[in-house]
Amino acid sequence: MNGEVVERAESHIKSLHQRPPNREIEKLIYKTYLQALPYFDHSEGRRLNIYVLFCEITRISNHSLALNTHAMDVGASTPFLWAFEEKLLEIYERVSGARIYASFIRPGGVAQDLPLGLCRDIDSSTQQISSRINELEEMSIGNRIWKQRLVDIGIVTAQQAKDWGFNGVMLRAAPYDVQDQSDLGVPVGTRGDCYDRYCVRIEEIRQSVWIIVQCLNQILSGMIKTNDHKLYPPLRSRMKLSMELFAMQAFFFFSIVGQMTTGSSVYSTSIHHFEPYTEGFSVPSSSTYTTIEAPKGEFGVFLVSTRSNRPYRRKIRAPGFVHLQGLYSMSKHHMPADVVTIIGTKDIVSGEVDI
Amino acid sequence: MVKKMERSEHGNRSDTNTDYLLQLLCFLKLHTCTRVQGLIDICGVDYPSRKQRFEVVYNLLSTRYNSGIRVRTCADEVRRISPVVNLFPSGGWWERKVWDMFGGSSINDPDLCRRSTVYSFEGHPLRKNLPLSGYVEVRYDDQEKRVVSEPIEMTQEFRYFDFASPWD
Repeated sequence: MNGEVVERAESHIKSLHQRPPNREIEKLIYKTYLQALPYFDHSEGRRLNIYVLFCEITRISNHSLALNTHAMDVGASTPFLWAFEEKLLEIYERVSGARIYASFIRPGGVAQDLPLGLCRDIDSSTQQISSRINELEEMSIGNRIWKQRLVDIGIVTAQQAKDWGFNGVMLRAAPYDVQDQSDLGVPVGTRGDCYDRYCVRIEEIRQSVWIIVQCLNQILSGMIKTNDHKLYPPLRSRMKLSMELFAMQAFFFFSIVGQMTTGSSVYSTSIHHFEPYTEGFSVPSSSTYTTIEAPKGEFGVFLVSTRSNRPYRRKIRAPGFVHLQGLYSMSKHHMPADVVTIIGTKDIVSGEVDI
Repeated sequence: MVKKMERSEHGNRSDTNTDYLLQLLCFLKLHTCTRVQGLIDICGVDYPSRKQRFEVVYNLLSTRYNSGIRVRTCADEVRRISPVVNLFPSGGWWERKVWDMFGGSSINDPDLCRRSTVYSFEGHPLRKNLPLSGYVEVRYDDQEKRVVSEPIEMTQEFRYFDFASPWD
């Protein structure tokens, strides 16, 4: 500190989760691939519709949480009272039974089909959200206090954002040379300050709402998971029926399950997924780094496999870790109160930083 | 300079020697045909059976060409990796994390301290030979009125379910 100006900001992350420091999450994953991460998939038709629907719902819920808590950090408590992510979490709960770690998207499809009437409810909540967003925007975009706290705070240029490895809203809000050529419809900022990032987040919620409405209008009928029972278990009702039906054959298969590689398609029952589900599937020796564009930024998973049914090394690249690293460069020569604004705009969740 | 180059559906991959790491990264960053501007991730992998037990993986991203490349190099407790902070400022914390978790440190790190573990932690958590339960446990001592750490005491031996098939 130099008077009231921040000269150096150092963040010490440590471990948030209540676990001894010598256990990074990786060591806790001594599980098979399927138990550890329901992760890779290919999709078309209804499955794809459902994926998109829920990815966008996640984005809205993430951004609204980010905006509301950011407003709270800066000093406005009203947006938090409107917290509409509660409704979205309810949608999550209705479809998968879990509110946050839904684990709804599985290899080969989704866990189950949407319950009846859910689409109508999603539609009505998106309508509410879009009107709430307008209210939020009306209240804050032109607000004098809000602008004083956010405009020209924590400016990040495109070059800095690349140097510091920023992604997501942090990068999109940065001013960029070829902005005119960029894909229309992707909201981008012009100055790269906290206010820009705020506007980008609001605009992205709007887009998510629009995509959800499109998705609901076009939702297809069809399979929600793959037919390949080597990868995905059959319906529970069918599983019970045919297991009993083929009890004798099943018993026979149990004894040779160790050698079972190519089951015949006649027994389209649970016998197929018996091995993948108990022993897990073995993955050839290789390594991969796969990323998705999460609401907060690039979310990457680095996996190393060594021909066993468990990952040898697994590392999650969390966007919050990188963004927090840039705190020093962003908050230099700012007031301490601005540091709060900057942390808020980075959308940092400490549980994610210490992964 | 590059020992092996590989392209697959899992992305481009290139192996290099520790000595040439910085040169390779510099080439990738500055060459017109690569323009790798962002360092996305650094992470370590521990192979206790190898001569140089740590593998350090650099994930790089080219926003210009919308493609990524993975550079791998090897190190051990003695042989250090060259720091990339000057080239890619985002690498600082990850390098320290590699040291914190594995013990493969980079040369002349200005600020080497325990980032993700407690300051007094001994050993490196992600080495494969460190047991999951660790060696010490902490508890609050009511008589001394402070948190003390003492050697771990387990009533039952830790069970690894470490067989390929549950039917063996």
